[in-house]
Amino acid sequence: MSDSIRSSYRSSYQSSGPSSQQTSFRSPMAPPRSFLWSRRIFLTLLTGFVLVPVYVMVSSSLKPLADVTGKFRWLPSGLTIRPYIDIWSTVPLARYFVNSLIVAGAATVCSVVIAVFAAYAVSRYNFRGKRVFTVTVLSTQMFPGILFLLPLFLLYVNIGNATGIALFGSRGGLILTYLTFSLPFSIWMLIGYFDSVPRDLDEAALVDGCGPLGALFRVVVPAAVPGIVAVAVYAFMTAWGEVLFASVMTNDTTRTLAVGLQGYSTLNDVYWNQIMAASLVVSVPVVAGFLLLQRYLVAGLTAGAVK
Amino acid sequence: MTTTTAVKETVGTTAPGAAPTPRRTGRLRRIGLPYLLLLPALLLELLVHLVPMVIGVVMSFKELTQFYIRDWGSAPWSGLGNYKVSVDFDAPVGEALLHSFFVTVGFTLLSVGLCWLIGTTAAIYMQDTFRGRGLLRALFLVPYALPVYTAVITWVFMFQHDNGLVNHVLHDQLHLTDKPSFWLIGDNSFVALLVVSVWKGWPFAFLIIMAGLQNIPRELYEAAALDGAGMWQQIRRITLPSLRPVNQVLVLVLFLWTFNDFNTPYVLFGRAAPEAADLISVHIYQASFVTWNFGTGSAMSVLLLLFLLVVTGAYLLLTSRGRRTSDV
Repeated sequence: MSDSIRSSYRSSYQSSGPSSQQTSFRSPMAPPRSFLWSRRIFLTLLTGFVLVPVYVMVSSSLKPLADVTGKFRWLPSGLTIRPYIDIWSTVPLARYFVNSLIVAGAATVCSVVIAVFAAYAVSRYNFRGKRVFTVTVLSTQMFPGILFLLPLFLLYVNIGNATGIALFGSRGGLILTYLTFSLPFSIWMLIGYFDSVPRDLDEAALVDGCGPLGALFRVVVPAAVPGIVAVAVYAFMTAWGEVLFASVMTNDTTRTLAVGLQGYSTLNDVYWNQIMAASLVVSVPVVAGFLLLQRYLVAGLTAGAVK
Repeated sequence: MTTTTAVKETVGTTAPGAAPTPRRTGRLRRIGLPYLLLLPALLLELLVHLVPMVIGVVMSFKELTQFYIRDWGSAPWSGLGNYKVSVDFDAPVGEALLHSFFVTVGFTLLSVGLCWLIGTTAAIYMQDTFRGRGLLRALFLVPYALPVYTAVITWVFMFQHDNGLVNHVLHDQLHLTDKPSFWLIGDNSFVALLVVSVWKGWPFAFLIIMAGLQNIPRELYEAAALDGAGMWQQIRRITLPSLRPVNQVLVLVLFLWTFNDFNTPYVLFGRAAPEAADLISVHIYQASFVTWNFGTGSAMSVLLLLFLLVVTGAYLLLTSRGRRTSDV
């Protein structure tokens, strides 16, 4: 397939596609005063509500221990980076960090690849059982995690006993579990995104001699990059923040941050400044990534999920 | 694990640049291909969701205590015994479950309502461009982007009795209370849980509504403005009705997530949730893993699933019917 088709398509897609729809103006005339005032008040209050915990997290992480054990102070008595040094030795934070990174990273990659295949099939082919598939996959979102926690726990233990594949307590088991958590939403969103890529393009690629998978990877996937990025962000966040399964399915060596972070508060002294510093350290990668990529998420939702 | 390698193989055989395939096999592939593409997703969903669910239902009919964990197949059948224990509301187990159920329902309704209200209001106020809008939008998404446990741990610190921010503000600075209150035990814990849940949850509603707003055609507003409709009227007559389909899904998703939420109460209160904030997920977790009585825990989970199925079905039926008649 010629590269010119692809690049010209991509540029036209980006100028008219969902990623550029950042604004939709409500009215051509100026909004009335009552609207402006109520907006100002509401947004100020909401900003305060959102910001206070963020401020507490940041400021407390820079406080000496005395400041966080005594009465709460808005302003630190002195700034110190000591907590950021101590967090690594109080609990094996680095190990938890690596575990979380491996688990969330692998779950994200697998989940995105599998979702791309499934969404392509649903978006481009008519086949028997299509509706059953989409409804079944979506309905798994509804199950309470607690319902399949117990059986999954037993299933993994028994698979381990029968085959020697250690799923329970291993990172592999956790990766497997997490990737299915983000799968339904990812498939659902990518179907919408793939649907918005014109079929003529992959048909042109097929005529040019690409196989169906060639068309997928050379045409559809490049055109749907924002949607795929959005799905990846979602999958990573899901795996990075999960607590329930992590608390049951990990042991000392495979523990993830979600469980490991609680180590600071079960000790005799509660080092709140260290807890806040550790929280900040584990939050920064996801929050920064999310904020950088949030436009894609909104664009992806606009094209896929909310249509 | 085997599924991913299977996919890789198919990728390899049909990779671009390979020799062109004859017509016949190409046709066969066309029919089989969609199923092949779905296979990994299907297998994983089966392994992690559907099979465990079936096992869960089977388990709920067994007397599955700690002695049978290693070999759960050999646990004796108990018929409806686990269900009888769960719904015997005069006995302690059933009574606690019923109480936890009501707490969860109340909590979910309040949390979903507040999340939706704040999210929608913020999204509508931020529909037009103004200075600092992009910054504000990024800021509002921070609670959603934060990993649940770090966000909730920060709130735990703020709710501390002696050194927390909440008591400092309410008691020391505003003098609203006679003495510092306990937030994470006793009746106040419900309020604490609600505040944390709303703080964490509303940005999701905001995100979805914001995306939904972008699909409303601009012409609608222009036409309304020409007809002399003011801003408030445009919001009431165009924006809110246009969001209906989005809201139908959003409210359902929020409801299910909040109802099943485990992470927030678990990090906020630890293993033993106070009675006033004893959400059903934590309750079942407690009933299963603390006493190692998986049979009863499973029966409770199945009852919970049945409840959610009925509610979801009724909800979709009601909202879809209303929508269809208003559309046609």
